[in-house]
Amino acid sequence: MEINKDLIAASSTPIVLAILAEEDSYGYAILQRVRELSGGRMEWTDGMLYPVLHRLERLGHVEARWEVAETGRRRKYYGITSQGRAQLAEERRQWQAVDATLRGIWQTLSLPVPASLPASAAPLPEGA
Amino acid sequence: MLASGHAVSLEAQIDQWRTYLRRRQAIHSVDVSELEDHLREQVAVLIDAGLATDEAFLVAVKRMGDLDALSREFALEHADRLWKQFVVPSESGDSRARVRTDAIVAFCLAVAAAVAIKAPALFGMQLDQDAGFYARNLSLFVLPLLTGYFAWKRGLAPSTLRWLAVAFVAAGVFANVYPFAPEGSTEVLTALHLPIALWLAVGIAYAGGRWSQAGGRMDFIRFSGELFIYYVLIALGGGVLTGFMALTFQSIGIDIEPFFQSWLLPCGAAGAVVVASWLVEAKQSVIENMAPVLTRLFTPLFAAMLVTFLGAMLWTGRGVDIERDVLLAFDLLLVVVLGLLLYSVSARDPRSPPDAFDVMQVVLVVSALLANAVALWAIATRTAEFGFSPNRVAVLGVNVILLVNLAWSAVLYVRFLRGRGSFAVLERWQTNYLPVYAIWAAIVVIVFPPVFGYI
Repeated sequence: MEINKDLIAASSTPIVLAILAEEDSYGYAILQRVRELSGGRMEWTDGMLYPVLHRLERLGHVEARWEVAETGRRRKYYGITSQGRAQLAEERRQWQAVDATLRGIWQTLSLPVPASLPASAAPLPEGA
Repeated sequence: MLASGHAVSLEAQIDQWRTYLRRRQAIHSVDVSELEDHLREQVAVLIDAGLATDEAFLVAVKRMGDLDALSREFALEHADRLWKQFVVPSESGDSRARVRTDAIVAFCLAVAAAVAIKAPALFGMQLDQDAGFYARNLSLFVLPLLTGYFAWKRGLAPSTLRWLAVAFVAAGVFANVYPFAPEGSTEVLTALHLPIALWLAVGIAYAGGRWSQAGGRMDFIRFSGELFIYYVLIALGGGVLTGFMALTFQSIGIDIEPFFQSWLLPCGAAGAVVVASWLVEAKQSVIENMAPVLTRLFTPLFAAMLVTFLGAMLWTGRGVDIERDVLLAFDLLLVVVLGLLLYSVSARDPRSPPDAFDVMQVVLVVSALLANAVALWAIATRTAEFGFSPNRVAVLGVNVILLVNLAWSAVLYVRFLRGRGSFAVLERWQTNYLPVYAIWAAIVVIVFPPVFGYI
């Protein structure tokens, strides 16, 4: 299943903010978490995450800092700010409203719910 | 053995990828490091999963996404990066301190220039009553400070400093000891030529130890062009400021004109020279040079204008109407053409082959020479009638100097177009010619007044 670009773009802010609300993280790990949570169904182009992170940083929702990772390389970590948490709460309300609306309409249509794809749809072996 | 070979090739591949990414203006080097960290982690995970190094690299790059699309995304997010901004660099504390010192020194010297121009007022010299004195000495109020700025910045050798000091003292002597007739031609000529002669001193200070090299002198040419443009821009801004100042103060019944004439204009004009120089220096590597851009724009237009002029002259059979100042107009034309030539030379990569713009340049120079030749010939036939006044000799001298420069430039340019010479020769000819202007200006300042009896 391919999720369309507009949906990916629209959902990127709450997803990234929510992941950072769990704990501070960096680009690669954020993408890993997205794959994990979506069972591989949300396929982001890796590079595209960074403009999103930079936008959130500019808006003041996240803060970035450089640290030396255990690999010895310099790595840019992102952490959510209090403003970011407020934004996340707001996004959450909006998404819940969208979700509730859709749920309501699905029920009236009483369409058969498609089975979710198995997690093996993730295209790459991870930690194998 | 095999593993290390793989490691080397991976590093080389990442290197290549990084270089490719760095060329994108919207992606700064910190972003490149961030993306590289991502790429490396991805590669490592893939290798752990059993992929060969090459495959891992290819997959990781693929997953990073199309670089064009990525750099578009970066450009959308960082739109400001597509505009080169003039910001004081903030990397290391050391360079920041240096930049700040530089700004402070420039500011102090600008204030000093503003004070210098008002200093004679302490001795009863007023701008409106002693206009001759101020006109003759104008460059002496500002240029020593500008020279001082570059002497400080480049750390000039004491021997060079001594020579520059001698030049300024000599200029001060020649500008002030001659008994000029009030508002006479020789006084005006001195006022006009002294800055040109002293500009060489600024150039020597600017180039630091590199005045003897063509590159150092070419840098000074670039600097002069940019300084001119910045100065004009600052002057325009100053004009707007003064306009609003006059309007607002008029509304409360205060006339600022006396203040403007005796303080704001002279002090601002003097200080702006140093400020503009500092700006040119500070933004040199940050912002594109403007002079070559204007040159690109106006070379075809001037060439078209001159070719049409020559065509019209041939078609109508009209000669140049010889009036008193006609040669001066042609002098100015040659100066503009020389400027166009100089600033396109300054921005051209000497190694690139001739193109259409070079042909345009030759058309411009040759048509300017032809137009000037017509004017000169017309003048020559009637020299006896006009006689030799200092103005006429000065104008003729400038014409000859520019003519020689442009004629030889045209020869060198044509040689280059025909593949018989390198562009660097033309560049060297222009940079070697710089002292000629200063020497001629010095002759006008030193020799003309006594020869023509200070009229």
